[in-house]
Amino acid sequence: MRLTVRSLPTALLVLTAAATGCAPQENSPSAATPAATASCTPAALSTEAAGKLTVGTDKPAYAPWFQDDDPASGKGYESAVAYSVAKALGYRADQVVWRTVPFNNSFAPGEKNFDFDINQVSISDERKRAVDFSSGYYDVRQAVVALKKSPYAKAKSAADLKGAKLGAQVGTTSLDTINEIIEPKRQPAVFQKNDFAKSALRNGQVDAIVVDLPTAFYITSAEVPDAEVVGQFADSAGTAEQFGLVLDKGSPLTACVTRAVDGLRADGTLAALEKKWLADAVDAPVLK
Amino acid sequence: MTSVSAPAERDTDPYTPSARRLARERHHRARTRRATAIAALSTLVTGAVLFVVITGSPGWQRARETFFSVEYARMALPLVLDGLLLNLRLLAVCGVCVLFLGLLLAVARTLRGPVFFPVRALATAYTDFFRGLPLIICLLMVVFGVPALRLQGVTTDPVLLGGTALVLTYSAYVAEVFRAGIESVHPSQRAAARSLGLSRGRTLRYVVLPQAVRRVVPPLLNDLVSLQKDTGLVSIAGAVDAVYAAQIIAGKYFNYTPYVVAGLVFVALTIPMTRLTDWITARTDRRRAQGGTV
Repeated sequence: MRLTVRSLPTALLVLTAAATGCAPQENSPSAATPAATASCTPAALSTEAAGKLTVGTDKPAYAPWFQDDDPASGKGYESAVAYSVAKALGYRADQVVWRTVPFNNSFAPGEKNFDFDINQVSISDERKRAVDFSSGYYDVRQAVVALKKSPYAKAKSAADLKGAKLGAQVGTTSLDTINEIIEPKRQPAVFQKNDFAKSALRNGQVDAIVVDLPTAFYITSAEVPDAEVVGQFADSAGTAEQFGLVLDKGSPLTACVTRAVDGLRADGTLAALEKKWLADAVDAPVLK
Repeated sequence: MTSVSAPAERDTDPYTPSARRLARERHHRARTRRATAIAALSTLVTGAVLFVVITGSPGWQRARETFFSVEYARMALPLVLDGLLLNLRLLAVCGVCVLFLGLLLAVARTLRGPVFFPVRALATAYTDFFRGLPLIICLLMVVFGVPALRLQGVTTDPVLLGGTALVLTYSAYVAEVFRAGIESVHPSQRAAARSLGLSRGRTLRYVVLPQAVRRVVPPLLNDLVSLQKDTGLVSIAGAVDAVYAAQIIAGKYFNYTPYVVAGLVFVALTIPMTRLTDWITARTDRRRAQGGTV
């Protein structure tokens, strides 16, 4: 008994030492910065799996961003962008590994299991405090979708939608658009997935939902045919909303990936991919 | 303490503790002081070790910004409390409905006599089905399935529908708890009541149920705590409860602090309920220990 009591502090000290010894070591960002200025080749990049590029996205992966819920097909805008970025970094298509990363996990602190995540994530200053973003690969506009028979289908401005019961997916700028631009009188419905938002729209549980424009066109053309795109919102306050690739905070790859995306924009690749995969989303009336 | 010092001061009391007794008491006091000191020291050391391990970990800086940011906590609290109102309203209404429906089902299952076979069979089928059906599936079916039928006059309100799904599932759990209570009442109680001339109905009402309900209060409160946390699941249809309010902020700013705030709010809500359970259990035990003869 006496022995146990006396040795307790010692035991705790040993435990401390063991615990600190076991704690995961994180690469400090300062130590990793030299990689950013080095050449961006597979040999120089320290990726999640050596010699491979691990790309994350949520499941299901929605059209028109991906096709048939298969990111590895190279079909759909985001799949095509991911493979183009990989190519610009020097990876062959068969060196790209896809990993399922739920939206809420993409910004979890701690070690990431992807090199970059492509999941229609809008770039914002607040989010930059938690993760790194590449430069934007797509300029987003938010759009309103309502059932054709709903009175809100004839809305001409944000003010016309104030009385509507609106819905959007959690964690999206679509929800911000509802709260900050439309400012509806009724509390908006917030859904875990756009799938649930679509069900609610179909059932008449909400009058209209807000999604990004390409998704809006896909919903009305393929998923809820008795709905239509009411209109889109112009960029608020002149700052274009952009989707960016998500990287770990302080990732050594950020500079290289950003350079790759910039290159794709400069040489017209992004414009061509947009034309190919998002061509449906050409035009919708602008809601004032 | 008084037993030691008092006799010495009072002359009328002829008792003076023996030197051996005083020594023994001194020894006991010394042991107690020593134990307290060791407990305090060990607590202090444990606290210091935890503090050093956690704050000294390489990711602490980021973990603190992500989970314990005062700025985001302040932003989240009013919205989380707003959402909590929905949880509490659902808990109150669904709790009452669940208790009522659960008791009804349990009584239906324990009815004797061949004439009640269909009632028994239906109640058994109900509990088997809804106890087995995962709550989340039950919610999805009710919340999105019922409006899809486009019935006239049936609500499409996600809160009402979600509440219905909660009542369906939880009344099946609670019915089983009540049934266990009813079946735990010794048959001699029934026999005695019947021999006193009480009808079957009155036997159930005045003799069996009071004993049964008293016995199952702790597990019932357990189910209530569980229901309290599950009320948040109605958010699947777009209603915003406390946890979901936190998720909305977390998704917008990529910061987890709102979750911590919501978690603490729920813990703060559960602790009084746990104490209540403890108190009720203790009271029941005391009553049973009296060993009343009826």
